Amino acid sequence: MTAPLLDIRDLKLGVATGRGATLPVLKGVSFQIMPGEAYGLVGESGSGKSVTSLAVMGLLKKPLAVSGGEILFKGQNLLSLSKREMRRMRGNRVAMIFQEPMTALNPLSTVGRQIAEMFVLHQGKSWREAHRLAIEALARVRVPNPDRRARNFPHQMSGGLRQRVMIAMALACNPDLLIADEPTTALDVTVQAEVLRLIQELCAEQGTAVLFISHDLGVIASICQRVGVMYAGCLVEENETRALFDDPRHEYTRGLLGALPRLGSRSAHGRQRLVDIDSIIADRSKLTETRFIAPRAAEGSRP
Amino acid sequence: MRLGFNFWLGAGLTVLVILAGVLAPFIAPFDPVLDADLMSSELPPDATFWFGTDGQGRDVYSRILYGAQISLTVGIVSQVINSIIGVTLGMTAGYWGGWWDDLVNGLTNVMLAIPSLIFALAVMAVLGPGLPSLLIALGLTNWSWTCRIARSSTLSLKSQGYVQAAQTLGYGDLRIMFTQILPNMMGPILVMATLGMGSAVLSEAALSFLGLGIQPPFPSWGSMLTDARQLIQLAPWVAIFPGLAIFLSVLGFNLLGDGLRDSLDPHMRTRRS
Repeated sequence: MTAPLLDIRDLKLGVATGRGATLPVLKGVSFQIMPGEAYGLVGESGSGKSVTSLAVMGLLKKPLAVSGGEILFKGQNLLSLSKREMRRMRGNRVAMIFQEPMTALNPLSTVGRQIAEMFVLHQGKSWREAHRLAIEALARVRVPNPDRRARNFPHQMSGGLRQRVMIAMALACNPDLLIADEPTTALDVTVQAEVLRLIQELCAEQGTAVLFISHDLGVIASICQRVGVMYAGCLVEENETRALFDDPRHEYTRGLLGALPRLGSRSAHGRQRLVDIDSIIADRSKLTETRFIAPRAAEGSRP
Repeated sequence: MRLGFNFWLGAGLTVLVILAGVLAPFIAPFDPVLDADLMSSELPPDATFWFGTDGQGRDVYSRILYGAQISLTVGIVSQVINSIIGVTLGMTAGYWGGWWDDLVNGLTNVMLAIPSLIFALAVMAVLGPGLPSLLIALGLTNWSWTCRIARSSTLSLKSQGYVQAAQTLGYGDLRIMFTQILPNMMGPILVMATLGMGSAVLSEAALSFLGLGIQPPFPSWGSMLTDARQLIQLAPWVAIFPGLAIFLSVLGFNLLGDGLRDSLDPHMRTRRS
């Protein structure tokens, strides 16, 4: 077996509340991503998916701070890197795309220039060379008329195009790992499918591993090889995608899958209710070691 | 972008002042300093001396044209210095926060508490009179408002998606400030600088009036007013025309700044997106 690309070991982080106390946000998360693998991370809002990705990027903002564990990237602990080394890593070896393509581009410069800046910044290319590469990058994410589009400003583009530009920027330097934090949530469904296929194909082509964060199980199922389910700061279940969907082990995973509407389920089994998980995350202080999910597994939410 | 009547009036007056200053050597009928002739002193306005002559018989019209050069230089250079200081401090304070933010805030509050003219007077007293020290004095006094605006704009821009995206793409702090934050807050900063030009012109006039600015015999609107003080009853035109020049140019800068603010500020986001 090859060495994992990203190896998160018992990552703990929390909010420092002053006087030395910390509120835990992640309570010892461990998972591994192999080179070229697409790994999905699902879970509800506040379960710690995005915080995990920010920790990998080294972009945790105060008062959030890592309190234990290791994040090994190609065998190197990212938590021990200096700020400068971490900055070299970002965008170059690890890149990220966001949920909101509408605001993720600087409104005052052309998209061509914004992509070109990646080559200038990380590869020391000249601006002229970088512009040529930017147009190639736009062509690679299948933006029609790339040389004309490169001169456009973000407000001249649709959401789908902007997300493609973001992908072009993120993949500009052939990173080893792409973190996609709900990249398709803000897009409409047809565009969503295209963008997903694009991410999948480009990453497969370049051998880029993907950490795919989403709460959309359908999306995860279609592009990830393995899935981790997060709940209240813990990775509660992890499995091959197919195995996880066929045979969920954890109460919470079963709840998640039960809440998914299925085409045709009505005709097959007659009228059936979708299973509901209590919508609000229970007060964290009530989730003790032993009663972890119980406060939320109310009557009727058992699948 | 629709610009109102005020903007065009302000732009017109500003252009007039700029033309007067730039073209002064070509359109002024007399030399502002050397063409003194005591035999023709204190003449009222007529066909030769459009705005009359002053106590030494110099043409007031020519002196006002040359005075525009001083006012413009003071207005522009002092505002450039102000904006550079204000933006540098405000942007870094807003971006980095922490103890640096506290320090800059403290400094800004201290500057706001000191009456700016008194501060400028003190600086002038140390540096001595003259144009360069006038520029430095006025450049050091009025940056606090720019600094506050730069800081608050930075704070709000910092949470914008593209600034956060730039961080994940490995941009350094300085690169983020110059390529992402600065261009996006140029609007309000520009408005502040234009409005500040008016007050800089006024401060220059006040300092020259007090004898600390431009030294006679070189013409500046403020020092012309000082000279006119003794003559105000005999030859009111010596005071009226420099006063009008100050009034119109300050009005022009302020209307221009207001007009810019109206068109840039409130709708900037919605227009752009």
